[in-house]
Amino acid sequence: MRIPCPLCGTRDRREFTYYGSEDYANRPAADAPAQAWDDHLHNRDNPCGPTRDLWYHDPCGAWVRVHRDTATHAVHGSDLVAERGQA
Amino acid sequence: MAELIAKSPGAGLHLPVTRGGATLAEWLPGAITSVAPFAGAGDKVDAALTPLGMGFPAPNGMAQGKTARIVWTGRGQAFLIGAPAPEGLGAVAALTDQSDGWAGLRLAGPAAADVLARLVPLDLDSFAPGTAARSLLGHMALILMRPDPEVWDILVFRSMARTAIHELDTAMVQLAARAAG
Repeated sequence: MRIPCPLCGTRDRREFTYYGSEDYANRPAADAPAQAWDDHLHNRDNPCGPTRDLWYHDPCGAWVRVHRDTATHAVHGSDLVAERGQA
Repeated sequence: MAELIAKSPGAGLHLPVTRGGATLAEWLPGAITSVAPFAGAGDKVDAALTPLGMGFPAPNGMAQGKTARIVWTGRGQAFLIGAPAPEGLGAVAALTDQSDGWAGLRLAGPAAADVLARLVPLDLDSFAPGTAARSLLGHMALILMRPDPEVWDILVFRSMARTAIHELDTAMVQLAARAAG
């Protein structure tokens, strides 16, 4: 399995550490209701198909959001968590 | 104050060693300074590095000046190797002295890439001379540079020096044995 790092290029999976769903990067506001925090911390989908999750590229220290497909095992691309929402 | 005796990371570890077409030697890079530009200060960092004949490198990049080298080591970070930080750089980037934190090794020769291929999960055929990469040497964090086609400069954490030399030497022994058979 190879994963694209937006900085370093496509690299072997050994260079990456899995974190979890991209939900972990979407933190609720501090005053959000308890249900939102419960969802953020504990409730995950188990999708069959397109998935976005967070990986850490150990050598270069970048948090990467990987777009992949759990049904076909295709990896479609990635972007930097630090640059989400920017052009 | 006591006069302490400085030892290099590879002291007593039986280098250099040549096996087949590859030679592993200790590489003493001199001063290593981590350069992390402040937000929006990229142009000023490039200007401060101009006297050394280099700018801030792109990912997987390195630049070789007359006396120093700069290599990309992570998002918003590069290592300036071989020269002290030039004047004015500290005002536009966070600098930390890393000189004693890393062990330098130089693997050279026509078989050097084949040795590395046993330990590094990179496509070394497409690793152009004059470029660099952060990757793994076995399970160790690695900064790999290829200043010349048959020269590979390796930086690992200093505490890993003995392990790195052992792993590289083992790969060299096995590769040489296969070539001899």
